[in-house]
Amino acid sequence: MFLNIDYQNLMTSLRVKNISKKYDKVQAISDISFNAEKGELFGLIGPDGAGKTTIFRILTTLILPDNGEVFFENLDIIKDFKKIRQITGYMPGKYSLYQDLTVEENLNFFAAVFGVKVEDNYYLIKEIYEHIAPFKKRLAGKLSGGMKQKLALCCALIHKPQILILDEPTTGVDAVSRKEFWEMLQKLKTQNITILVSTPYMDEAALCNRVALIQKGKILDIDTPENIISKFQHKLISVKSFDKQKLIKDLRSYEFSNSVFAFGESIHYTDKRQKTDVKEIVEYLINKNHKEIKVEEIKPNIEDCFMDLMKK
Amino acid sequence: MRTILHIIQKEFIQITRDKMMLPIIFVVPIVQLLFLVYAATLEIKNIDLCIVDNDLSTVSREITQKFEASPFFVVKGKTFSVEQSEKLIETGQVDIVLNIPHNFEKDLIRNKKAGIQILVDAINQTTGSIGSSYCNQIIFNYNKNIITKFSDLKTLFEIQDIKTINIEHQFWYNPDLNYKVFMVPGILVILVTIIGMFLSAMNLVKEKEIGTIEQINVTPIKKHQFIIGKMIPFLIIALFELAFGLTLGKILFNIPIIGNLWLVFLSATVYLFVILGFGLLISTLSNTQQQAMFVAWFFMLVFIMMSGLFTPIESMPVWAQKLNLINPVAFFIKILRMVLLKGSEIKDIKNDLFYLFGYGVVVFSFATIRYKKTN
Repeated sequence: MFLNIDYQNLMTSLRVKNISKKYDKVQAISDISFNAEKGELFGLIGPDGAGKTTIFRILTTLILPDNGEVFFENLDIIKDFKKIRQITGYMPGKYSLYQDLTVEENLNFFAAVFGVKVEDNYYLIKEIYEHIAPFKKRLAGKLSGGMKQKLALCCALIHKPQILILDEPTTGVDAVSRKEFWEMLQKLKTQNITILVSTPYMDEAALCNRVALIQKGKILDIDTPENIISKFQHKLISVKSFDKQKLIKDLRSYEFSNSVFAFGESIHYTDKRQKTDVKEIVEYLINKNHKEIKVEEIKPNIEDCFMDLMKK
Repeated sequence: MRTILHIIQKEFIQITRDKMMLPIIFVVPIVQLLFLVYAATLEIKNIDLCIVDNDLSTVSREITQKFEASPFFVVKGKTFSVEQSEKLIETGQVDIVLNIPHNFEKDLIRNKKAGIQILVDAINQTTGSIGSSYCNQIIFNYNKNIITKFSDLKTLFEIQDIKTINIEHQFWYNPDLNYKVFMVPGILVILVTIIGMFLSAMNLVKEKEIGTIEQINVTPIKKHQFIIGKMIPFLIIALFELAFGLTLGKILFNIPIIGNLWLVFLSATVYLFVILGFGLLISTLSNTQQQAMFVAWFFMLVFIMMSGLFTPIESMPVWAQKLNLINPVAFFIKILRMVLLKGSEIKDIKNDLFYLFGYGVVVFSFATIRYKKTN
C-alpha cells in the first residue's frame, strides 16, 4: 500500500489542466496547463493583455473557466471553491485594501474574515509587518506604494494560506521596493507556501523557480529560467551606433537578419546563419554610414528568449 | 455570525471616518425639516392683487376692505383703468384683478343683482384655482351680510325664503388644519429613504469601484454575510435618523405623536427592508458611485412625486393610483401619518405592513440573485 502513493501528486500543489476562457468574442486564454509544486515560486511572465490576470481570477474562484480543470491541493476549483478560498491568499493587481481603515484595522479585518487572529500567524508576516508596524495607526490610503504592497502581502498571508497568488505585485513599485519584495517572496518559499506570481518584467523571471511564458492567452514555454535561456539557439549580438533609429532600419533590411529588437541603449540582433560573422555586420554598417559602431556577442536573457518564442 | 459582526464593525469604523457622513446624518434632517416643512406648504398666501374700483361706493369700499384685510392677499395696485390692470396681469406683477364696475352699488340696490369681475392668472394652476376660490369665499361671505343688511326693506317672510345651507366643517386629527403636521411625517420618510437607498447603494458600489470587493470575494465570507453586514449599519443609522427627525419635529413643530412609538419603528424597519433591498439592487446595476447616484435619484424622484407627499394621491389618475401599489414611499408615508397623527394601532396598519414585508422579500431576493460573487 505504502508504495502506491503517487509521489508526483503529493508534491504537486496546483494542477491546471487545459483551461480556456472567452469574454464575449475575445478568447482571453486558451488551453492553459501547468503544475506548481509545493513551496515553488512559479512565475507567469507575459506582456499586458497576455491573460495572466484571467488565469489568476480563475484560480482564485472569481470566475469560472469555460472548460478545463484546476486542482488546488487536490481540491476541485468548482466543487470545493469554499475550501479553496480558505487556503488561498490573493493579492489583486489593483491595490484593494480599505483606504479609509488603518494598517492595523485592515490586517485585523482580513484575519477576522478568515476566522483567525493576527497573533496566530504573526510569525509568518513578522518580517514584512515590521517594516510597516511604525505606521500601523496610519490610514492605508496614506501609505507609500511600497508600503501598501507590504500591507497587502501581510493581509493575503495572515490566514496562513497554502497557496499565495500575486497578480503583478511589483507593477508601479519603485526599484528598491521591488527588490525587497522579491526577497520576501524567497523567504516565504521556505514556509512551504506555493507562490504564483505574475509580472510583465522579464528581469523578475530569473528570480522564479520556474516560469511560464505567456503571450496572447497561450503558453509559449514552461521551464526554469536557466533552461529557457539555454534553449536559445542563436548567437545574440548587441549592436550600438550613433543613430539608433537608422540602425534598427538598416539591420532589419540586412539580408541575413533574423530578429532585431531595441533593448535599452543597444539593439539585440540575431542572424539567420548558423555562424554569425561579426566582422561582416560591422562592414555592412560602415557601408551604411554608421558612426561609433559597437558590436559584441552577449548572453541572452529571458526577454530575448521571449521575443524569440513569440516569433515562432 | 461572528463574520457579520466583523463586517458591521468595519462598516461603522469607515462610516465614522467618512468626513461627509456626520453632516449627512445630522445636517440633512435639520435642513430638510426646517426648510422643506416651511417651504413645501400647500397654503397659498400673499396672492398679489390689483383692485379696480370704478364705483367708489360704500359697498365697493367694504368689499375692497375685506380683500385688504385678508391674510391671503397683498394689494399690489389700485387703478381705475381695466386695461392697466390687465397689463399688470400680463407682466406677471399681480396674480388676480378684482374689477368692480361703475354703478355697482346702484345695480345691487335697484336690481338686487350686480357683477364683479375677477381676472385670474392661471399659469400656476394651484395659485390660480386656490386664489379664485379665496375671492369667491370673501365675496360669498359679503353677500350674506348684504342680504341681512338690505333685508330691512323686505318683509320678514322674504328673509326666511332665502334658503342657505350652512356647512360646518370639522377637521379631524388636525383640527387647526396645520399643514406642518401633515408635512413632517412625509419629510421624515424622505430622510429615512435617503439613508436607506442612497447611502447603502453608494457604499456597496464603492467597494466595487475601489476594487476591495475583489479581495472580499476571495475570502470565505458568504454572500449573505456580506450583504447583511453591509445593510445592518444603514438600518441602524436610518432608524436613528428617524428618531432624530421625530425629536426635531416635536421640538420645532410640536407635531402630535399619538400612536405607539414602537409601532413607528417597527413599520420603519419593515419599510427599510424594502428600501435597503432597492439600495442593494441599485448597487448590482451600477459599477460606479456616479451611476448608483443617478439610478437611486431616478427611483427616489418617481417614488416621492407619486407618494402623495406634495399632491394628494386621490387626485391622481387611476393608473397612477394603481402604480402607487409598487411605491413603498407612499405606503410608509400613509402608515406614518396614520400612526403619528391618528394614533392607528397595529391592527389598522397590519395589511400594509405585510404588504411591505412581502415587497421587501421580492426586492431582496431579486437583488441577491443579481449580486453574484462568481460569474
